Amino acid sequence: MKKIIHLITAFAFLGMLISCGNNSQNIKKKQGALGSNAAEKVYVAPGEYDEYYAFISGGFSGQLSVYGLPSGRLFKVIPVFSQDAEKAWGYNEETKPMLNTSHGFVPWDDAHHPDISQTNGVVDGRWVFINGNNTPRIAKIDLTTFETTEIIEIPNSAGNHSSSFVTENTEYVVAGTRFSVPIPQRDMPIKEYKGNFKGSLSFISVDPEDGGMDLKFQIMMPGFDYDLAHPGRGASHGWFFFSTYNTEEASTLMEVNASQNDKDFIAAVNWKKAEEYIKAGKGKMMPAKYAHNVYNEKTHTATSTMKDEVLMLDASELPGLVYLLPTPKSPHGCDVDPSGEYIVGNGKLSANLTIHSFTKMLAAIEAKKFDGEAYGIPILKFEDVLAGVVDQAGLGPLHTEFDGKGNAYTTFFISSEVVKWKLGTWEVVDRQPCYYSVGHLMIPGGNSREPFGDYVLAMNKITKDRYLPTGPEVTQSAQLYDISGDKMELLLDFPTIGEPHYAAGIRADIVMKNSKKIYKLEENEHPFAVKTEADTKVVRDGNVVHVYMTMIRSHFAPDNIEGIKVGDKVYFHVTNLEQDYDVPHGISMIGANTSELLIMPGQTETFLWEPKQVGVWPFYCTDFCSALHQEMQGYVRVSPASSTLPLSWSLGED
Amino acid sequence: MKLSFKILAISTLALLMSCGEKDTKKEEKISIGTTQPKKEEVKKEVAKASETIDLTNKGIGPITSVTLDAEINSAMALKGEEVFKAKCTACHKIGKKFIGPAPNKILERRTPEWVMNMILNPEEMTQKDPLAKQLLIEFNGSPMANQGLTEEEARSILEYFRTLE
Repeated sequence: MKKIIHLITAFAFLGMLISCGNNSQNIKKKQGALGSNAAEKVYVAPGEYDEYYAFISGGFSGQLSVYGLPSGRLFKVIPVFSQDAEKAWGYNEETKPMLNTSHGFVPWDDAHHPDISQTNGVVDGRWVFINGNNTPRIAKIDLTTFETTEIIEIPNSAGNHSSSFVTENTEYVVAGTRFSVPIPQRDMPIKEYKGNFKGSLSFISVDPEDGGMDLKFQIMMPGFDYDLAHPGRGASHGWFFFSTYNTEEASTLMEVNASQNDKDFIAAVNWKKAEEYIKAGKGKMMPAKYAHNVYNEKTHTATSTMKDEVLMLDASELPGLVYLLPTPKSPHGCDVDPSGEYIVGNGKLSANLTIHSFTKMLAAIEAKKFDGEAYGIPILKFEDVLAGVVDQAGLGPLHTEFDGKGNAYTTFFISSEVVKWKLGTWEVVDRQPCYYSVGHLMIPGGNSREPFGDYVLAMNKITKDRYLPTGPEVTQSAQLYDISGDKMELLLDFPTIGEPHYAAGIRADIVMKNSKKIYKLEENEHPFAVKTEADTKVVRDGNVVHVYMTMIRSHFAPDNIEGIKVGDKVYFHVTNLEQDYDVPHGISMIGANTSELLIMPGQTETFLWEPKQVGVWPFYCTDFCSALHQEMQGYVRVSPASSTLPLSWSLGED
Repeated sequence: MKLSFKILAISTLALLMSCGEKDTKKEEKISIGTTQPKKEEVKKEVAKASETIDLTNKGIGPITSVTLDAEINSAMALKGEEVFKAKCTACHKIGKKFIGPAPNKILERRTPEWVMNMILNPEEMTQKDPLAKQLLIEFNGSPMANQGLTEEEARSILEYFRTLE
C-alpha cells in the first residue's frame, strides 16, 4: 500500500513537473541572505530559468548577445549589423537589404549601446534598440522573435556614439554624433574644422503599435564630440542630456588637444520645445541621403528604402532648445537617476563625479543666469546647477547606474573598480575591484524609473590572466556583483562576444511570455513561399531558375532536380512546413558562394547558387532535425550550358 | 516427437506474445534454416503496428471521447481535406505509404480518439502509447510532426478520413 501511495505521489509530482514546463515557475528565485556562497547564488539548476535577460552589445562583432543572469549563460547571438553565416543574416536574399546604407552594402558595424523600450518610464520588454557606431545606424530588435526587424541610417552623423537611448514612453530613440563633420558634407580643408564642422542630434520616433521607426528631426549643434546621452524622466521627462568633449573643436592629436578645457558640457536638450518649434514651422528640410530598412515578418523579407531629406532645427537660432551645463572633464557617461532630478557627469579625465540638479537647472534658466554662450547656446553657471560632487571617488569615472534604493554605482576605468555611493549625501559607501579596466556597467532596468536593484554587471575591456590563454587575442568579460546587501559581492566572471560596451537587462518574465514559438504557415506571404508539397516546382526564366522548395522532417520536396545548366542563376526558395516549436531545418548546396540557410517553422528563405561545373551536386539539411536527418538530402543535375535537357523535379519517384 | 514440437511451438508463441519485438528478432535468428511453415507462423503473430487492429485504445492526449454520426458530415469532411492537404501531405499520401502510413480505412484499425490524439499530441503518443511507439519504429524513427492543429481541424480531418475508400 505504501508503495502505491509513493507511486501516486511520484506520478503527481511528475505531472506537476511536466505541466510547468514552459512558464515562469521555472525562474530561479533568489536565495537571499542564506545563499552563503557565490557559486550557489549564480547556480541555475538544469531545466531552471534565469531571473533576468541581459542584452550585451557585441562591440566590434556588430551583434547583440543574449545572456541569462545570474548564471551568465549565453542563449543567443542576435545578428544585427554584421553578416552571420550561422543564421544566413546578410547572406540570404531576404536579409541582404537590412545591411544597405547610403554607402551601399555595409556588412559590419561596431555595436555599442542597447536600450530596452519603455512605457511610463519602466522597461516594457517589447524591443531592444542598438546603435551602429561606424556607419551611423540604429537597429531595432523585436523581442517576440529576438530578430533584428528594422535598421535606420542616421545622416549628418559620424561615429554614432551617444545612442540609442529611449525616452520614457519610447516616443523617441535618440542618437548623437560623436564626430562632428561638415553638414551637409562637402569638400573642405580639415584645418578649417573650428566653427565649420557641426554636430547633430537625431530623434527617431517609434510607432507605439508596430514599432515603426522614423527620423523625425535632427538638431544642429556646435562642432563638439557628443559622447553619451540619457533621457530625463519624471519631472525631467521632455529633456534629453548629452555629454560632450572636444569643446576645443580640435581636429588633430585629439588626446592632447581635446583635453585642454577644464570643463566641457552636458547639453540639456528640450525636445518638447523642439516639437513646438516644428509645429510653428521653424524646422528646415535639408537634403540628406539615408537608408531605411524594414524586415516584414509576413513576407519574411526586408526592403530598403533610400530617403532624401531630413527636418533640421538649428540650436544656435532657436532659443530655449538647448542649454549647456559645464561639466569637468571630458565627461563620458551622462546618467539620470530614477527620479529624474540628478544628472551625473562622469568626467573621465577627472577624479570627481559631478552631479547636476534638474530643479536648479530650471531655476537658473528661469532667472537667465548665464555664464556666456557657445554659438548662440546659453551656458549655465557651474555652481548654479551643481547638486553635489562625489569627491576623489576613483580614477576615470565612466558610467553610473542606480539601484532604485538611493544608491548609485559608478565604474572607474583607470582605477578599475565599481564604486557605490549615496545620492544626496554623495558619500562613497563601498568599492569592489574589476578585472580589469571596466567600461560600462548595467543594473537590470537601470535606465528607467524602476531599476531591479539585485545585480550589477560590470563589463571589462581587459582580462589578461583571468582565463585560459588563447593566443594574443583573449576574451573580454563581464563580472556579476550581488548588490542586494550593503556590500557588493563579486559572484561571477563570464566571457563575452566582441567587446561588451554596454548592456540592458530586464526581468525574464516580462519578455518570455511574448516569445514566439513558430511562424504560422497561413500567415506566410513570401512571394516564393509554397505551403504544400503539391505546389513545389522549378521555373526557368532565361538563365534564372527559381526552385520553389519545401522542407519537413526529414526530406526536401523536390529532392531530385534535373535540367539546370552551367551559368544559371538558381534561387532556392525554401519553406519550412513544420509548425512545431524548435524544429528549424537548414539547407546548404555544395559550392554555393554563400552561407547555409537556417529556416524556422513556417518561414521561407532564399539563397542563390550559380553552378560552375557540370555534374550531379548534392544539397543537405544542416540542422540536426530528427533521427532521419542524415537522410535529409537531395541532388541537382547540372548539364553543360548548351544542354537542351528540360527541367524536371521529383520526390520519391522511380 | 510431433507432440513435443507442438508444445514447443505453442510456448514459443506465448513467449512472443508476452514480449516485445526484441525477442521476436532473437527468435527469428534462431529459426534461420528451419522449415517454412514455422516461419510463416511467427510472422503472422507479430503483425506490423500499422496493420494491427485495436478498436479500444483511445491513445493519450486531449481527446477522450468522440461521437461519430452515422451520416458523414460532408462539409466538415471537405474542410478536413483542405487541412490535410495543407498540413499533412508532406508525409502522408492517400492510398499509399509515403513517409508515414496512408490514412485509408484508419477507423477500421483505430478508435477516432486515438487518431485525433495522434494528430494533436504526437510527441507524447510516440513516447507512451504502445501502438504509436511501435509505429515510430516501423517507420524508421520518422517522427509524426506536430503541425499545431486545433481540435476542430483534427476532427474535420477525421471526418475526411471516413470518406476515404
